[in-house]
Amino acid sequence: MQGYNDGMSRPFWSNGPSPGQFYNFTGGDRSASQGFGPQNNFGAQRSSQPITTGTSVVGIKFDGGVMIAADALVSYGSVARFQDVKRVFKVNDQAILGTGGDFADFQSIQRSINDKMIDDICHDDTISLKPKSLYNWLTRILNNRRNKFEPLWLDMVVGGIENGEPFLGHVDLRGRSYEDDIIATGFGKHLALPIIREQIVEGRPFTQEEATNLIKKSMEVLFYRDCRALSRYYVAVCTAAGANVSEVQKVNQNWEVATVVRGYS
Amino acid sequence: MSSIGTGYDLSASQFSPDGRVFQIDYASKAVEKSGTVIALRGKDGVVLAVEKIVTSKLYEDDAATRVFTVDKNIGIAIAGLHADGRYIVDIARQEAQNYRSQWNANLDFEKGDRTIPLKILVERVSAYIHAYTLYSAVRPFGVTVIIASWNQEDGPQLYKIEPSGTYFGYLACASGKAKQQAKTEMEKLKLGDMTTEEIVKNAGKIIYQVHDELKDKDFRLELSIVGKETNGLYQMNPEKWLNMASEAGQAAKMDDDSDNDI
Repeated sequence: MQGYNDGMSRPFWSNGPSPGQFYNFTGGDRSASQGFGPQNNFGAQRSSQPITTGTSVVGIKFDGGVMIAADALVSYGSVARFQDVKRVFKVNDQAILGTGGDFADFQSIQRSINDKMIDDICHDDTISLKPKSLYNWLTRILNNRRNKFEPLWLDMVVGGIENGEPFLGHVDLRGRSYEDDIIATGFGKHLALPIIREQIVEGRPFTQEEATNLIKKSMEVLFYRDCRALSRYYVAVCTAAGANVSEVQKVNQNWEVATVVRGYS
Repeated sequence: MSSIGTGYDLSASQFSPDGRVFQIDYASKAVEKSGTVIALRGKDGVVLAVEKIVTSKLYEDDAATRVFTVDKNIGIAIAGLHADGRYIVDIARQEAQNYRSQWNANLDFEKGDRTIPLKILVERVSAYIHAYTLYSAVRPFGVTVIIASWNQEDGPQLYKIEPSGTYFGYLACASGKAKQQAKTEMEKLKLGDMTTEEIVKNAGKIIYQVHDELKDKDFRLELSIVGKETNGLYQMNPEKWLNMASEAGQAAKMDDDSDNDI
């Protein structure tokens, strides 16, 4: 099928009427790129910073599955602008996705993922997007955009079950990627990872309960120490039984100590 | 054929003196050679059924399938030239995707996802097909397209587009070889308030009844449904419904045959 919104594929052939164009009688086929953008001889301004952003994402593999958590905040600069946003998603029953970085960039990627899912349905072979394929596809999209000096400002954690095995991988705005048993992005790298690593027991994976508690602890620490974090978070869990996103979770807060902090009151 | 030798049938961009565009008539002829395709609209679902004629034993079972998925709750069945049909299906998929990208604000794939309203999809696809009846450089599509969908707001919907680009909404429609015979059978039915089970069984019956054993030896029944029973998802050849249809069809065929013996 032609016309993926992934920025890479080109139409198979052209010159015929095309969707969205054929019946747009006004405006002709003038494209938005004329006069603006990289085609212009006078140079172009490229996006070089994220605008509406999400902070850390934390992902943990456990015995029989994987879970990814992120708080419910999307910031506008330093403003805590949108306070009930799900940044973790169920892609399908075998793949979940958590996202940090520019949320608009993520939403555009999400549209492409939905389009891919429709294509899978249309193929009628009962095969649907698997986590490793999604992961690899994301690396290609993100790296391709950074090669155009127009990166999608994303820091994403992909998880899921493939061939009965839990999968967890990280992709960032350059298309860099790695797989690991524990993954955190942004501030979580500094704050959550050490806490989780301390709890690793050699020779066995975490249980689901341990993973849930570690996520809880991580989100708590992140809320205390990361100025762009929020006390509410969502967790996506994927096991062989399927995937789902939790109800909103709350961080345990204790501010008793605040009164002894110099300069607080 | 009044058209032959007059010269008015060479281009789709020219009328004949008695007001016909012969290229469109020829395209319709291509459809009439096709295996029969029918569609029935019930109370809360639509069923598409295809008499897929097997022209060679060497083909795989699923070769040359004539029902397609366009979007989650939208399906197409085609009668006529197979390659033309597939191309139209691709156009329909692009239109569905284009509508999504422009109007579907809800990105949750499972909840609140809005697919293209069938009325709009049919308008767009028919406009495309019609455009191919206007120019000398192109030929019309040799297909009739039957499009079906179901959703909570609009209920079951069924449309048929002709090679000319004209389209209508239907309670039941047919295309291909045994179009007339199928229509006669359909007129006997109380359409509109039938359950999904009833339309599936009737679809199976009609396809088996109109199949001409003498002219075409073997055929395969293809069936797809969309409706309340499938949770608003379009399903192709779902085992349960397919078996129900072919059993009803075979039973009806047996009845017919024993009638003939007496």
